[in-house]
Amino acid sequence: MRLRPGERFQRVIGSPIAMYVVLGLVLVALVIAAQVKGLSGNLLFSLFVRGVLLGGTLALGAVGVTLVFAVLKMANFAHGDLMTLGAYLGLIVVALLPKGAPLAPFSFGYEFLVAFLLVVPLVGLVAFGLDRVAFRPLRARRAQPIMFAMAALGLAFGIRSLVYIFWGADFTFYYSGRARPAVELFAGVRVRPDQLFILGLAVVLIVGVYLLLERTKIGKAMRATADNPDLARVSGIDTGRVILWTWLIGGGLAAAGGMLYGLDVQLRPEMGWWLLLPLFASVILGTIGNAYGAMAGAFVIGIVWQMSSAFINPAYGHGIAFLVMVLVLLVRPEGLFGKRR
Amino acid sequence: MTPVVLAKSVLLGVPLWLFVSSLLTFKPAWLKHLVSIAAGVAVALAMVTLIPTGILSYMTTFILMASIYGVLSLGLNVQWGYTGLFNIGIAAFFAIGAFTSALVTTVKPTGFNASFTQQAFGLGLPFWVGLLAAGLMAGVLAWLIGKPTLRLRDDYLAIATIGIAELVRLVFQNERWLANGPQPLRGIPQPASCLAGNGCSWLPGFVNDFFAPLTPRDYPFVYVAIVALVLYVVYRVLERAIRSPWGRVLRAVREEEASAAMNGKDVAAFRMQSFVVGAVIMGIGGALYAHYVVAIDYGHFDPLYGTFLIWVMLMLGGSGNNRGAILGAFVVWGIWSGTSFVVDLLRPTLAAISPDLPSRGPYIRFFLISLLMLFIVLYRPMGILREEKVVSLDRDLA
Amino acid sequence: MSDTNPVPGSLPRSTGTRSEAESPAAPPLLSIQGLVKDFGGLRAVNHCSFDVARGSITGLIGPNGAGKTTLFSLVSGFYRPDEGRVFLDGEDVTGLPSHLIFRKGLSRTFQIPREHKSMTVMENLMLVPKGQLGERFWNPVFRPGAVRAQERQLREKAREVLDFVELSHMADQPAGAMSGGQKKLLELARTLMADPKIVLLDEPGAGVNPTLMGKIREKIEQLNRERGITFLLIEHDMPLVMGLCDPVVVMNQGSKLVSGPPAVVRTDPRVLEAYLGGQYGALEG
Ligand SMILES: Nc1ncnc2c1ncn2[C@@H]1O[C@H](COP(=O)(O)OP(=O)(O)OP(=O)(O)O)[C@@H](O)[C@H]1O
Ligand SMILES: [Mg+2]
Repeated sequence: MRLRPGERFQRVIGSPIAMYVVLGLVLVALVIAAQVKGLSGNLLFSLFVRGVLLGGTLALGAVGVTLVFAVLKMANFAHGDLMTLGAYLGLIVVALLPKGAPLAPFSFGYEFLVAFLLVVPLVGLVAFGLDRVAFRPLRARRAQPIMFAMAALGLAFGIRSLVYIFWGADFTFYYSGRARPAVELFAGVRVRPDQLFILGLAVVLIVGVYLLLERTKIGKAMRATADNPDLARVSGIDTGRVILWTWLIGGGLAAAGGMLYGLDVQLRPEMGWWLLLPLFASVILGTIGNAYGAMAGAFVIGIVWQMSSAFINPAYGHGIAFLVMVLVLLVRPEGLFGKRR
Repeated sequence: MTPVVLAKSVLLGVPLWLFVSSLLTFKPAWLKHLVSIAAGVAVALAMVTLIPTGILSYMTTFILMASIYGVLSLGLNVQWGYTGLFNIGIAAFFAIGAFTSALVTTVKPTGFNASFTQQAFGLGLPFWVGLLAAGLMAGVLAWLIGKPTLRLRDDYLAIATIGIAELVRLVFQNERWLANGPQPLRGIPQPASCLAGNGCSWLPGFVNDFFAPLTPRDYPFVYVAIVALVLYVVYRVLERAIRSPWGRVLRAVREEEASAAMNGKDVAAFRMQSFVVGAVIMGIGGALYAHYVVAIDYGHFDPLYGTFLIWVMLMLGGSGNNRGAILGAFVVWGIWSGTSFVVDLLRPTLAAISPDLPSRGPYIRFFLISLLMLFIVLYRPMGILREEKVVSLDRDLA
Repeated sequence: MSDTNPVPGSLPRSTGTRSEAESPAAPPLLSIQGLVKDFGGLRAVNHCSFDVARGSITGLIGPNGAGKTTLFSLVSGFYRPDEGRVFLDGEDVTGLPSHLIFRKGLSRTFQIPREHKSMTVMENLMLVPKGQLGERFWNPVFRPGAVRAQERQLREKAREVLDFVELSHMADQPAGAMSGGQKKLLELARTLMADPKIVLLDEPGAGVNPTLMGKIREKIEQLNRERGITFLLIEHDMPLVMGLCDPVVVMNQGSKLVSGPPAVVRTDPRVLEAYLGGQYGALEG
């Protein structure tokens, strides 16, 4: 078929291949920039590994964002602050339990694991409770999408002010003052054992989500609801249960992501707000509503974020995530796995 | 009636005049303004004579800050209220406006001072140039961010604006050469401060004589008049633009985009215009803020102060209604300042609960504001003043 | 009616004259060539091609789900076709955004009305005309007088259109408050505000009372005769289509089945088959 030049350009630019090419070019550009700056391949490779580690944590948050998008058709701007909430609730549990010795080679003791097991379901329930209070009434009156976003924003700032009230504005750690030495993994790549634990746990959780979505009845119901809510309802799917599970999973994973991020980096009241940008960048990159896409997106964002820190002030890390997102929006707004309209 | 009372009353009379005149609707306009000037100055006189000095200057700065927020809220109203554009990055345009005006109006320090305050440039131009430049830069930023996102669904714009706000803040936090990095950019000139000082060379002698009793401490009286004038001009310009085919198209786009497009309206272009116009106004608001606080740094443009508070103002006052936007700014600023009193009163109680708590007072206030936001969204989504039904100019034609 | 008080420089007079309309050599005003549109797995429009002659009132019929509305959406830029081309007045307009197609003189109504709900009926109409001064936002600020004068003309014109569709009493009501039939009339009224070359009407008669429909039909004929406006209309009311339209295009399962003069189409066995195969048996009705 005959195409006008503009149309042909648009088709090429909008194809998934183009997207991979762009991402590839970003990587190549990073490597070339490293050559120019005379950075060692070794450094780059360790940054790459660190990016993968970070991607694991981001993936936990991004899955929740994209599930809520898919099932409830709303952008949950409170998701980052659910991560903060999880991290700080974990801090309470860790502080309350009697201190045990670190589980060598890790820096944390059994308290952290107990906290994790308690907080993850708890935040899932909190997320569901917040849905009851804030979002369900809006759904009931068929409010505009923007009202949902405003409510989410209200929750986000509400959660954050509570964190400020109880813990103050300073950063903190689960185990203040405990040394966290890095070990050499291979070929001069140094990571902390904690980070390997974090990645391992993140992968376990991601596999868990995969099994849940693919193998269980509720997972199938969630996917059906995401595809076509009306059809799902008339074919006898219990929407209420789907919503409950969406929040349990989304909130739980957010808490997990928050605690792991807190363990890896530090806890700050703003951490969730700052993570919101990389989370949404991952979700958009991996196509809104696509859980596996969000995970893939999270790893890409994590890697680009970390590797960029070799060249520019690391303070701009989440700014980089934002730039990647803008690039995606320009080239292929429906993301890697989306269908063109 | 001492000269100082008279001078203060005239200045404080300006916001009151403009307030009264925007409530009156009769014609001719000159008569309306005559009446409202008289009323404004009279009320101001009564206030200045009857109210103790401390409370009076508190009230003045209250009106001043609320009016600045009124400008920001009007900017958001163009974007959200009339067009349904979801900008959660007001702080970006607020900050760009503030820093631009600061750089345009200050003089770049030299010699010894240069090691304390670094800035990319300092043009030393007048205040009004600063205002225009602030609006211009905010508009350019809006255009840049709107280009890739406005044609997409609403959520994308929302997240992109969050992103741009963070990025702007990061830049002003980390780039020392640009606007003194994490340190405050100081010495932003206060317009017409000579009026509350040694007299202004550009004013005729009798005016200077009239205001001569004012001391630099009375400067908020001068600035409140300036801010009120800017707010009024912005309000009038917006009212005209909104009650016109332009406003009609914005509303049509918001309500049924497909239909507007099918009837020949370039939806993307109108969204862009609205986004840019709103951002320009926010930039002007930022400039007004910078010239009031004199020293600014990135911390002033936190998402809580720079974005969220303004959303609460507009939602509470009534989106889609310019008076509502201003009313909301005053009410929410009132709540915000009022809770500060309450938290101060509760200081001993808070200290008894935990020694850390009193210093975290602002966060308690923010928690309350968040609850207010949820309350509005859930129970009063229309705000205090509802959107007006008809936006076309037909009241003049009836 | 739109001859009164045209907005200066914005409302073009009719371009098609009778002689031009009847000239056999004139290229088709609208040419649809091999359009395809898929919704997921479903092909709603399948290699559909036909022309609409300048100055004609062409009918488009077909059983429910034949793809008629989708075809309108492709032609009017609401959807992008997956394949195929659309030519308007000899110009390739495939995939152009709706507002540009509108500016080239094509106006379309929606089968399910899409009115601006909280705006008044009057405002819904005043929105439509092209080239409004006040749509550039500095004009109302700096030239309020000129804008107001133009608004007065638009209002006048909208009043006449409202009179014609018998909705004058609703002028100041929010459009969302109207009945279904009234909303369909508003859709029609909007096209009357646009001064187009060609109008695509999607079931203008559904939900409108027969007396009024008779008047609408007269008006369509009058606009066609006196101002050379071309019509392409979808309608399930067969007597109306057969009386008003020539030629008639029949669509089935996304493609053109037959086209020709009403007398020929109504007796074509394939058409009867298509309708009887579907839930419709009302071709003769
Ligand atoms: N947006 C859409 N998404 C998915 N399927 C669609 C969409 N719009 C139309 N369809 C499907 O495409 C087919 C053609 O629909 P269309 O509305 O064009 O038919 P029609 O000829 O106008 O029918 P009717 O006479 O009932 O109005 C139908 O099967 C319809 O279900
Ligand atoms: Mg149809």
